[in-house]
Amino acid sequence: MELPKLNGIAALALKRIGLGLVTLWVISVLIFVGVEALPGDLAEAVLGQSATPETVEAFRKELKLDMPPHVRYFSWLGAFVKGDFGNSLANNRPVVDLINWRFANSLFLAGVTAMIAVPVAVLLGILAALYRNTLFDRLISMATLSTISFPEFFVAYILIALLSVQVVIFPSIANINDQMNFWQKLYAIFLPCLTLAMVVTAHMMRQTRAAIINILSSPFIEMANLKGLRRLRVVVRHAFPNALSPVINVIALNLAYLVVGVVIVEVVFVYPGLGQLLVDSVSKRDIPVVQASGLIFAATYVLLNLLADVLSIVSNPRLRNPR
Amino acid sequence: MKDALRNLERLFEQGRLSRRLFLKGTAALGISATLGPAMMPGQANADTPKRGGRLRLGLNGGATSDTLDPGIQLAMMPQTLVYGTLANSLVEIDTNRQPVPELAESWESTPDAKKWIFKLRKGVEFHNGKTMDADDVIYSLNWHRKKDTKSAAKPLVESIVSMKKENKYTLVFEMESGNADFPYTLSDYHLVIGPKDTDLAKGVFTGAYVIKDFEPGVRAFCTRNANYFKSDRGWFDEVEILGINDVNARTNALKTGQIDVMNRCDLKTVHLFKRMPGIQVMRQDGFKHFTFAMRTDTAPYDNNDVRLALKYAVDREQLVKTILRGYGRVGNDHPISVANRYFASELPQRQYDPDKAKFHLKKAGLSGTTFKFHAAEAAFKGAVDAGVLYKEQATKAGITIDVVREPNDGYWSNVWMKKPWCAVFWSGRSTEDMMFSTAYAKGVSWNDTYWDHTRFNELLVTARAELDEKKRRDMYVEMQRIVRDEGGVVVPMFSADLAAASDKIEHGKLGANAELDGFRAPERWWFKS
Repeated sequence: MELPKLNGIAALALKRIGLGLVTLWVISVLIFVGVEALPGDLAEAVLGQSATPETVEAFRKELKLDMPPHVRYFSWLGAFVKGDFGNSLANNRPVVDLINWRFANSLFLAGVTAMIAVPVAVLLGILAALYRNTLFDRLISMATLSTISFPEFFVAYILIALLSVQVVIFPSIANINDQMNFWQKLYAIFLPCLTLAMVVTAHMMRQTRAAIINILSSPFIEMANLKGLRRLRVVVRHAFPNALSPVINVIALNLAYLVVGVVIVEVVFVYPGLGQLLVDSVSKRDIPVVQASGLIFAATYVLLNLLADVLSIVSNPRLRNPR
Repeated sequence: MKDALRNLERLFEQGRLSRRLFLKGTAALGISATLGPAMMPGQANADTPKRGGRLRLGLNGGATSDTLDPGIQLAMMPQTLVYGTLANSLVEIDTNRQPVPELAESWESTPDAKKWIFKLRKGVEFHNGKTMDADDVIYSLNWHRKKDTKSAAKPLVESIVSMKKENKYTLVFEMESGNADFPYTLSDYHLVIGPKDTDLAKGVFTGAYVIKDFEPGVRAFCTRNANYFKSDRGWFDEVEILGINDVNARTNALKTGQIDVMNRCDLKTVHLFKRMPGIQVMRQDGFKHFTFAMRTDTAPYDNNDVRLALKYAVDREQLVKTILRGYGRVGNDHPISVANRYFASELPQRQYDPDKAKFHLKKAGLSGTTFKFHAAEAAFKGAVDAGVLYKEQATKAGITIDVVREPNDGYWSNVWMKKPWCAVFWSGRSTEDMMFSTAYAKGVSWNDTYWDHTRFNELLVTARAELDEKKRRDMYVEMQRIVRDEGGVVVPMFSADLAAASDKIEHGKLGANAELDGFRAPERWWFKS
């Protein structure tokens, strides 16, 4: 194998990071406009039914909600680019304190899930391609497609009913906290992890299978077959590396989903992740928190997409050496 | 002596004995009711409490935006945490719904109930070691009275004209007008006492537990306050409150022993839950009620015949059976619950009567009108379904109701008090006066029916200052009648509170003034040995 041309990739990465920053800025504007467009403001949302005109007024004044929107946006942006995320309007805690440990929790759950789901999905995909159209292939397809077709909360409740209520093996709520060590945390998040793994496996597995099967119809595979190579070797050594690019893209998308899209699983298992924070902050119109979590989510997508592209290029000699 | 006490208790519960006579009676027996709420009946027969253990509560109603600021306590998790675990008010509502001394030692008023003198308990220490005195009380109440306060309790304390410190442990309150229920007001969960010149949102109070760790909406962890002034309360070593908003998650967590107590059981499955070994389900019939509020300043609801037609067109029994699955009581178009002191039991229950509904609508000359009813799940769970049922019931009276489903988000700012007819949630109030002055008096902020009834408003002020029980009761009965027959609300039902706990938990009689034993489960309950 020849060495990838790092310069080219570094240039590409830099360019993409630059574009990513522009994307993030646009998203911050969209988030701000979106939250502003929602009816009511923080004062009304927090006080709810117990709001009176005077208390709402006092709230607005203290939190400077009575200033025009563009002034508030630019004062937020000014602080943000200096690295100051501001304080939550609702409970006056620094946004960083609200987000950092939750984001770590989200990454922890996503990481553990990915560690299980990605190898399993890829392996199953390869096997399904290897034994294409056999009973085995159909069984895997059916099983994984069933788990992805059920809503997440349904899978979650079934798992709780089976593994936590019927047979008491795993805890039904995954409320991890600092008093737990790593292994206790791992044990606590077993069920949410399994739920998410079941949900994301199908997508990656189907993509792996389809990509490999697609490659299997190429002339060079026919050549390999004609040489008399074993089928396993053909699939793993010849077809799989060429199928990596689409597989990597799907894995990246699923990883991003694991970080940002698991709010329902968080609610069912009472897992303190970033999703719940975002939902609460939107419903309370707590703009600094919404901005920060929204931007983290956006950045996750941008970075994972970038990573997927870089890896695709690295794994593909044709892209590595463009003519 | 125990028999005599029990006899007093019985009379008291049947309402044949006023609080004053009850206190006299207990005094005659040599018991001072001010000694502490544990001397009150109801707890007298319960097992001897045992110290120890970690109480784990899984509660709904926590949000990441919660704070410990006593002025902004809007849902179960912070309310149980602040009022039930960390803090005390001057007055406590006991399990017989009577005001008993807490941080106050005793109180008295002038005959017109305009001036109240409160003696404070001596030697109460805050969690930071400071000893509580009158200055702390003034500071804490001013937290809700000061200019630019964000407190939701502002309307409660607005009627206090002045607070004067007579000496270190005596406070004199001057009221705008007579208020016989002032001790009840001071028992409100917002009006807890913290040390002077500190930020009350820091969570430093006088309560049975000290806050160690608070992550809004997620978890609160507290340990026992060794210097707690009540020796007969606060039995647990540690209290952990988890925010679990999903009812299935709460149920599973209790079933699998990850929590000891949950609030708000799922009405659909609670009958199965009751059969589970190791689980106790607790029902409290309190003040919580749902209303369908009509704006009486807006046509066609400014016509009392229209309001009566709509009141006759609802089948309350069916709503209680379907929406509350039987865990509630029918309402009688006024907001006073059977749990209130002056509930008008003599007032006939309004029945579903399509003919009368038809008659009143015809009298108003509005037959054939379509009434738009605005509802959302944010109003209360099942509000939209209740609307649809109501629509069906009203059809039999020839009344057309159009149920408009509103978004949950922003319901209280955009629909409530704006749309002419909508579904409303009320947690209720422990006194008639508080309930009526909050939502039925002329011109108050939450008068969601924009109702203005001269006789009612007069009675409200007179009854508030009246210390004679009999006269007071008559006035409140008349007011309930007026609201029922001329008010702007349909009150179809009162909802019971359902909580569940592991049967390792022991408790006395449950207070009905708020969920979970008046929010006080952490301080009142204990683990069985």
